[in-house]
Amino acid sequence: MTKVLDIPKVNAKNMTEKEFFYGHKACAGCGGSIAVRLALKVLGERTYSALPAGCMSAVGFIYPQMAFNSNAIITTFPGSASMAAGIAAGAKALGQKDFKTVVFAGDGGTADIGFQALSGMIDRNDDVLYICYDNEAYMNTGIQKSGLTPYGTKTTTTPAGKNIPGTITHKKNLFEIIAAHDIAYAATASIGYPQDFINKVNKAKHVKGATFIHVYASCPTGWGTPTETSVEIAKDAVDAGLIFLAEYEDGEYKLNRNPKEFKSVEEYLKKQGRFKHMSDADIQCVIENRDKKWERMRKNWL
Amino acid sequence: MKTNKIFISGDEAVAQGVKLSRPHVVAAYPITPQTITVERLSEMVEAGEMDAEYMHVESEHSAISATMGASAVGARTFTASSSQGLLYMAEGLHYCSGGRWPVVMMNANRSVALPWSIYGDQRDSLSLLDSGWIQVYVEDAQEALDMIIQAYKIAEHKDVLTPMMVNLDGFILTHTYELVEIPDQEMVDQFLPPFETPNKMSFENPKNLGFSSRPDDNTEFKYQQNEAMFNAIDVIRKTDEDFTEMFGRKYHGMVEEYMCEDADVVLVALGSVCGTVRVVVDKLRAEGKKVGLLKIRYMRPFPVEEVKDLAKRVKAMGVIDKDISFGYEGTVYTNVNSAISQIDKYVYKSNFIGGLGGRDITKAEIEDMYNKLYAGLENKSEETVEFFSLNVEGND
Amino acid sequence: MSRPKHTEYKIPQHINDYPTGPQYEAGFLPEKNAGWRTFKPVVNHDECIYCLRCYLLCPDGTIMKDNGKIKIDMDYCKGCGVCAHECPKDAIEMVKE
Repeated sequence: MTKVLDIPKVNAKNMTEKEFFYGHKACAGCGGSIAVRLALKVLGERTYSALPAGCMSAVGFIYPQMAFNSNAIITTFPGSASMAAGIAAGAKALGQKDFKTVVFAGDGGTADIGFQALSGMIDRNDDVLYICYDNEAYMNTGIQKSGLTPYGTKTTTTPAGKNIPGTITHKKNLFEIIAAHDIAYAATASIGYPQDFINKVNKAKHVKGATFIHVYASCPTGWGTPTETSVEIAKDAVDAGLIFLAEYEDGEYKLNRNPKEFKSVEEYLKKQGRFKHMSDADIQCVIENRDKKWERMRKNWL
Repeated sequence: MKTNKIFISGDEAVAQGVKLSRPHVVAAYPITPQTITVERLSEMVEAGEMDAEYMHVESEHSAISATMGASAVGARTFTASSSQGLLYMAEGLHYCSGGRWPVVMMNANRSVALPWSIYGDQRDSLSLLDSGWIQVYVEDAQEALDMIIQAYKIAEHKDVLTPMMVNLDGFILTHTYELVEIPDQEMVDQFLPPFETPNKMSFENPKNLGFSSRPDDNTEFKYQQNEAMFNAIDVIRKTDEDFTEMFGRKYHGMVEEYMCEDADVVLVALGSVCGTVRVVVDKLRAEGKKVGLLKIRYMRPFPVEEVKDLAKRVKAMGVIDKDISFGYEGTVYTNVNSAISQIDKYVYKSNFIGGLGGRDITKAEIEDMYNKLYAGLENKSEETVEFFSLNVEGND
Repeated sequence: MSRPKHTEYKIPQHINDYPTGPQYEAGFLPEKNAGWRTFKPVVNHDECIYCLRCYLLCPDGTIMKDNGKIKIDMDYCKGCGVCAHECPKDAIEMVKE
């Protein structure tokens, strides 16, 4: 495991000026495109990007507009992890060196339909960095509920009405499930803390074998938020404790941020169209769930 | 030419053919009756006999995804499957042919659930004729080995760039032992050049692959794919001739006619059953009957010209289908009929459905088919679609 | 060239003008996104401290470094306003076009 101190840091001042995700058709203010763009700037030119069906592939490759300025391919929807594994294996067999294979998949393509392939990829320890940009629903197909849609969200398949308050399940513990594979390196991140995300991509870049980053990426269209607040809302989610920043490496969990006090959950929720309908009881449920989770994390991961 | 014959099964013959073809990546999920192939390949990798990345994929869908990924960076790849597995990767098959990646796959023809059956019939691959893959059906283990090598040459040809499926009848071919000649590696290297393609990602020439198309463009890509399949016909014929020249064995191209020169009544079949039909043809010929066999080797691209040519010369054609398209007829029959409809001549036709779920097709049943064709011809009967080996009384 | 530029796309006339299969040059942009904008960012270079936060966070990567100053590629700016919102010095204003 490369020591953190040995990896040269990447920031806005010294990162490559090249843009590898440019001219795409994502919505104005798209959080997912911030994640993809920054990750590619860290990974550089010698990268193979694999993307399943989802927002980032849908906006990046509409013939003849090719928005990826380095090698990129759209994969089968359930098979992004396996297609990337095949790319890594093929390139290795051809004797290629000093390159990175990366997947950019949404929460649907990762935690739901793509889950099996991802698990297989980690099992085989394929040399692939898998980045899940989580906008908490199947955004590309019109904002339907995914396995990572949080409790109380109004989506087009979990409408909020008199009888049911939107989504009644909680987010899958994706990070913990991936860590349970005993992966070499896994991390959670948010575009609201961009330098932390960049650092984590940079770290994963230097790890051989399967690595995973779960990055919280806001969606103004699906969340009902103004386009200019995409980064701010992703930061608010972390500050309210609904999203945590952590890493799993060398067999151990590490909580990166452990705030003494959380910002208001209610304020965070009420800023977004998808949560506007929530009752006080619903909000209380969210807060209790957060507290339970943090109690567990603080007990085991510090 | 020194000979090197070993006593191996069809599955093992495929593994030998794969080894000789020097793939870079092998990714396959085990499924009866293809398992022996993937096991042998792992042994070859372990022993250092084959220098390939062997991926233990966790499903068939991942198998085809991984092989496509490897092909997309310019690697030569191999995968194998059967029935349920083949259908699990069905979206991947369309993806691969549309992506123009020349993956080679061995398919062990096996019945598709439900009910479950591990035994052979051809419903799996015949139900996927529209997936855009070149499909060949082999008759014995030797042809299986030889066709793996030919498959890479055909699929990777610059005018083709289309994936290819080599079909072996489950258990009958996959698990039956025969004496198989193993070609010399040096000669295979001469026959099969390294894989080159413009259709790949590289650092010298970065590309975006597998993109979306609008209604303005999609038809053109599909037209191209269709053209490539038609280009394959000439490539198949040439590859077959070149193979005969180098290795001596002759496969006669898209189809093989057996005793058809002056035949009145012929049977059309795919795969291992052809071996049994040949024996019956010999017997009936000895009795003075002018019968023959048309062994269709390639179902895609379909040998329209060869079928039409034979139809012009014969009086009756029966098609053996080890499959059924429910509510209609056998798929081979549909394809043959379409070709025959292009000639302006009456041919008595009949469809014999059988061999499903591993049921044997006996010599007696084949002889019976010829007799039925003669009778139908004489009585000017309606053409029939018949489950010829039903063990019980039917309702009609 | 640090970012792909808007380029001409010749509409195919013959089937051979199409690539063999769905593969094409990386970073090929026949279309601009400028038409998406209602508001456009205007930078006050006197207030700007060149912290590069806007450069980092632009979802479209249109902000570039230009001899110690930031410059915005107006062919591809969608006018989302993230740069203006995130600027610690309020040096960018979103102005109706």
